[in-house]
Amino acid sequence: MIGADVSVPAVIPSAPARAVRRDRRVLSGAAYVTPTALMVGVFFLVPLGLMLWMSVHDWPLLGPSTFNAPRNYTGIVDNALFIDAVWFTVEYTLIISVLLFAAAFGLALLVQQRRPGIAFFRTAFFLPGAVGFAAASLLFYGLLSRDLGPLNPILSSLGIIDKPVSWVSGSPGLALGSSVGLVLWRFTGVNMLILLTGLQAIPTDLYEAAKMDGAGRWQQFWSITLPLLRPTIALVLILITTGSLLAFDQFFILTNGGPDNSTTSIVMVIFREAFTRFDLGSAAAISVILLLALLVINMLQLRVMRRQSH
Amino acid sequence: MRGSIASVCRALRAAMPPSWLPLRRAQLAWLSVALCLTLAGCKKSDPTGATPTGKLDNGTTITMWTRAATSAQSQLLVDAYNASHENKVQLTVIPTDNYAQKVATAAGGNALPDLFAADVIFAPNYTSKNLYLDITERIAALPFKDKLAPSHIQLGTYKGKRYAVPHTIDLSVIFWNKDLYTKAGLDPEKGPRTLAELGEQARKVQTLGGEINGTTEGGNCGGCGVFTLWPSVWAAGGEVMNAEGTVATLDSPAVKSVLSIWRQLYADGVAQPGSKDEQGPTWVGRFLSGKVGVAPMPSTTLALMDKAGLHVGVAPISGPDGGESTFVGGDVIGISSTSSKPDAAWNFLEWTLSETTQVQIMAKNKDLLLRTDLAENAFSSADPRMVTSLKVLAKGKTPYALNFNQTFNDPQGPWLATMRGALFGPDLEAALAQGNAKVTASLSPR
Repeated sequence: MIGADVSVPAVIPSAPARAVRRDRRVLSGAAYVTPTALMVGVFFLVPLGLMLWMSVHDWPLLGPSTFNAPRNYTGIVDNALFIDAVWFTVEYTLIISVLLFAAAFGLALLVQQRRPGIAFFRTAFFLPGAVGFAAASLLFYGLLSRDLGPLNPILSSLGIIDKPVSWVSGSPGLALGSSVGLVLWRFTGVNMLILLTGLQAIPTDLYEAAKMDGAGRWQQFWSITLPLLRPTIALVLILITTGSLLAFDQFFILTNGGPDNSTTSIVMVIFREAFTRFDLGSAAAISVILLLALLVINMLQLRVMRRQSH
Repeated sequence: MRGSIASVCRALRAAMPPSWLPLRRAQLAWLSVALCLTLAGCKKSDPTGATPTGKLDNGTTITMWTRAATSAQSQLLVDAYNASHENKVQLTVIPTDNYAQKVATAAGGNALPDLFAADVIFAPNYTSKNLYLDITERIAALPFKDKLAPSHIQLGTYKGKRYAVPHTIDLSVIFWNKDLYTKAGLDPEKGPRTLAELGEQARKVQTLGGEINGTTEGGNCGGCGVFTLWPSVWAAGGEVMNAEGTVATLDSPAVKSVLSIWRQLYADGVAQPGSKDEQGPTWVGRFLSGKVGVAPMPSTTLALMDKAGLHVGVAPISGPDGGESTFVGGDVIGISSTSSKPDAAWNFLEWTLSETTQVQIMAKNKDLLLRTDLAENAFSSADPRMVTSLKVLAKGKTPYALNFNQTFNDPQGPWLATMRGALFGPDLEAALAQGNAKVTASLSPR
């Protein structure tokens, strides 16, 4: 008889005991969740609510605020600096997304295999990620300075340039190029590390089986590496896109948004509205718009990546 | 803090019921911290800033902020005050470029220090936003109330009430390098008397070649342009905006003639090419390196030039064909509207304005004085360069505009684009005409 094989507890707990155990489980679950819930509530939901509230008010530094919806939102359309900043930020995001991902993925593939001395290269590539971004921006400001930095004398002695170049503010192209160079130097290693963990999580059996079936390196990369790395690639692309759309430090410190506002990002406009024009309501409204744009872009990215994986 | 927690702890133990006695020391400490924070949160400052002539010197600690650009003078005053008083001023120096943002953030969070200095041109914005305490009665009680630097007092006044007193004075003047003038065959004792003459002398220095340049400017720094170009406009009898600071007049003939001289200096390579992109931080450093012949700069750099071993002359900033003027800059200082120690804070401010402090500390350090009645003293009379600065002070101006920072100093403001368009763009007149409309729009109160 099948039923005879089923083990039955020696003592079946009574209903009240089960209820007590369930209550305890619920309580301990709540205890585990509470710290995170509190953190999310205090540091995300409350500020988010406050931002939404501010975005429909004329909010002075001191004194009471007054309801003024939808003026903060309609005013965004008339803000020429914001419109220019949107175009620039999108352009910058596209450039950085392509270059940073390509550089990080290339380095990750280079240092993927265990070889003698590979730890040195992994550390060297990752090291710039340990430098604070503001400090890195100042470092580049000094390095690229037209009159005080070492770059111009070095390039001049090599015969690459015949007169000093203003790298950070000589022209819009140079300013953008300098910022892109800084971001690549600072963030390639970090993204390489994320991609490397994804690469190393792919079972080596798959590559061995593919080799036995006669698959070449390119086929292995196309049919094994890329499909299995897709979730990691999605994560890296979302991080790069979000970081680029929220770019601030490199432009604030390195180029000051110039020359002639050519490198003014959206977050710089928000900063200007809040802390130079003291218009906190307008700054909050632009922040809401940026948040919505980020949500939509991230959702689209995830959807595309999921569709491809199917 | 540790002492106060311990004392609250003891008080709690004495007051609590016997059943609470098993509470551990650590638990009591947390309880007292919470109590302290609650009490601190409940504490309110006196919004009226009462006790007009309060002279509190009883060991109070006063917090104070100042910007890096003028921190040397602030530090000098704070050190001398702390050495001679029971009260102690804790000075925090904040990078100049971030000062307005720091003040704005602190004001929004009710976290301003007891005292904070501010660039004099920002004062109208701060007073209009109630960041400073009304000290009208305290100033009125000073025996030298009518002798305080008038432009600083004017910009610290809002709707008839006074909120700030002068803290430092910085003028824009022309410096010339006597050694380079000698090498270029110029008279080292004769600086430029007109802007056109500045151009001629710069051209002669430029002929020295090598790394030497005739002149320099802050070509990508709105504040530098305001400070050094506007006095030439005033010296020529022109204006950059109306008295209320709401309508720009940048398309006037005086502005055009001044900017066209500087435009030509850049076009001819006489102005250091790199200074076209100078954002401000290394602006003065170019002259200090001894490789620039003549340039308008802040008077406060005189001490730095002496330290660098440069032999320099000082001349007033002039218009294209003559005249003299200067931008009277520097800092005002006031008690923050949220301060809980207005009497102690005023004790410091009153001391900084006293005759002894002004003469024995500021004049001795070659700083310009904050009181007109003390302008001529033993220290300033001994240095002819100081005398030049003092003479031009009376002819200087400090423009008033509520939206000054966002319009003229901010790198994203309309003035910088206008100035760069006029100096380096294809058409000076078109740049000024277009820029004038944008500057006026930015100046208009919201």
